[in-house]
Amino acid sequence: MSLMVDLNRVGAKGSLIQEEASGKWGMVIDQDICTGCQACVAACAMENNLPFVMEEDAGYGRTLHWIRIERFWEGEYPEVSATPFQPMLCQHCGSAPCEPVCPVFASVHSQAEELNLQVYNRCVGTRYCANNCPYQVRQFNWRDYHFLPFHANDFDGQLVFPLHNQLNPDVTVRQRGVMEKCTFCIQRIHKAQDTAKSEGREVEDGEFTTACAQACPTDAIKFGRLDDHESLVSQLAQQERGYQQLHELNTLPRITYLKAERAE
Amino acid sequence: MAVTSKYFSGSERAHEEHHEEEHDPRESLMFDPLPRGVMNDMVMESMHTTSWKFWLVLGILAFLVATCFFYAWGYMISEGLYVAGVMRPSFWGIFLVNTVFWIGISHAGTFISAILRVMKAEFRRPFTRAAELMTTFGLIQAGASIFMHLGRVWLAYWLFPIPNERQLWPNFHSPLMWDLLAITTYVLGSTMYLFLPLIPDLAMARDRSTGWRKTFYRILALGFRGTEGEWRHLTVAMNIFAFAIIPVMFSVHTIVSWDFAMAMRPGWSSTVFGPYFVLGALHSGMGAVAIVLFIMRATMKHMDYFIRKEHFDALGKLMLIVSFAYAYFFFNDYIVQWYGGDLATDNLLHWLEGGPMAWMFFQMIGFNIVLPWLTLWNKRIRTTPWLLALIGLLINVGMYWERYVIIPVMLTINRMPFTWRLYEPRIEIFLTIGTFSMFLLFYMIASRLIPLIPVWEVQEGQMTHSLRKVGKAHLPTITEFE
Repeated sequence: MSLMVDLNRVGAKGSLIQEEASGKWGMVIDQDICTGCQACVAACAMENNLPFVMEEDAGYGRTLHWIRIERFWEGEYPEVSATPFQPMLCQHCGSAPCEPVCPVFASVHSQAEELNLQVYNRCVGTRYCANNCPYQVRQFNWRDYHFLPFHANDFDGQLVFPLHNQLNPDVTVRQRGVMEKCTFCIQRIHKAQDTAKSEGREVEDGEFTTACAQACPTDAIKFGRLDDHESLVSQLAQQERGYQQLHELNTLPRITYLKAERAE
Repeated sequence: MAVTSKYFSGSERAHEEHHEEEHDPRESLMFDPLPRGVMNDMVMESMHTTSWKFWLVLGILAFLVATCFFYAWGYMISEGLYVAGVMRPSFWGIFLVNTVFWIGISHAGTFISAILRVMKAEFRRPFTRAAELMTTFGLIQAGASIFMHLGRVWLAYWLFPIPNERQLWPNFHSPLMWDLLAITTYVLGSTMYLFLPLIPDLAMARDRSTGWRKTFYRILALGFRGTEGEWRHLTVAMNIFAFAIIPVMFSVHTIVSWDFAMAMRPGWSSTVFGPYFVLGALHSGMGAVAIVLFIMRATMKHMDYFIRKEHFDALGKLMLIVSFAYAYFFFNDYIVQWYGGDLATDNLLHWLEGGPMAWMFFQMIGFNIVLPWLTLWNKRIRTTPWLLALIGLLINVGMYWERYVIIPVMLTINRMPFTWRLYEPRIEIFLTIGTFSMFLLFYMIASRLIPLIPVWEVQEGQMTHSLRKVGKAHLPTITEFE
């Protein structure tokens, strides 16, 4: 039948894909210079149309942040010895545990970008991917936060949503009941690729960056190409301090963390 | 026809038996036959008799179903899943607990009616139907609980492999997909398996009813008249289904366990989960059968003729054996995980034994292992219906806790300590009450609509059992048909 599509040819192999260990896009996070200021969290929310969830839901583990700052310390307050901050976001695993478990292919791998993506329109909300994510970075839309009164002003008995004016037109607003997570700002990747293509060249290292890396005041987060061995992230990832989160699970994460030196 | 005598027919043994009055074979249903017409009328009367208490309970259950099931679910669909207690890291909560629990309950029906039928265990005869009904109604609740759990339930049909113009297919790598297919197969298979042995009884009911009931039974009995050829076809069909449903039953709960075992979570990725879940399902199922038999016997007319102490005795023995097997897998699962020494698993096990949910963990061991082992060896306890029902109830509480420990409590501990958080059920409590009420409501309605006792099976059994008189002794004998 001519209508049949060879899934291997069109590149929709989903979870079957086995990538090389290197990957295409990657990130390096230096825990030594991260101050935990949360600018990346705010920038990510603005860039990717993340709603506020307000106090109650946030306190109950329903924050909608694609990146979060984890704070660890040793000892009891006030004798705390070390406070390394650990920004945690989707690691864009080369062999992602969230992909094979989705029954409807909503959590898929982009072969072109070698990223792990979420198809919001396809998601039915089984939340299996979030359970299976060892990094716990997948976020669920528990309700339609964007359209709740706390995003609105009461204007003569009518609700107006001024915050909707600052939504990023390149990114969808997700409905309730779907899973979402960090995309490595794929809208910026596509934009840079389009520009480069129209000018007949490859995307250069440092030509663009993700919202979190752009906002980081100490440049603790750096984004770039991993398949280019001359790029900044490739060079930084070679450092001795570099390690990958939960590398023992062999998920092939694309983010390298640079260990913090303990300030004893 | 082969004739086998059950007891050694020596005169000394017969003499001994004579002194033990409890060994009188006529206490057993199979050796206490009644004429067919009388038995048919007894079953018909039990279906027709309703007291005000029945209607009161039915009304309360219907109210609970309307509010706690339909209204609560509708509210959750219209408001969003935030009304439930699920969050990060416990993305799965009581809905999945209910699913696993109800599938577990549903295993009892298949086990009792299929495996015991294949094994020719005679004590199963009067309560195969009651157990099979639990299968079907339990699976309805399991299916409903899965759909409650979905974030966008109105798109649930995307889970099914429906041909569509975009060539979008479900992901057959996903354990949830296997789960869906297995449960669908099990629902269809077990419903047909419930229906086949029901046909002769429906025909019996059709010949003894009038009005709307007659129409109802006439449609369902498919024109069964009881000719030789019809019986032959029916027996063949039942045999095929009895053998075919057994592997389905084992595979269903194994596949349900793979939802967890295939995932990369401490505590979940355990290779022994398949048999462990199957045994757990049988454990809760047997307990539920004990409860149902007790309620049937206590509330329905003439049931004390059909359901006797011998049945509770046999059921109690089954519960004890299942409890032994369950304990084996339980310790196998936890000891091997503990021995593995993985840091995340260690954290999890310490959390289970010493965290705020430790009471649940230890209650689970107490109700599932300690309680049956301490009580069910005793024949007097086994043959006391209310005691056995109570033990069955406690086993079910223990099995519910087991699933609760495996799903939300184990999900609390993961490899990212920053996200650890305790799950608190919210609207799930109402929806759980709703599913339980719906199960009971369906069961109560069914108890007055279809014969809960498989009359033909009891009659067939009584025909094959007889007391042969040798000298002064009555020797119980069984005639084998094949």
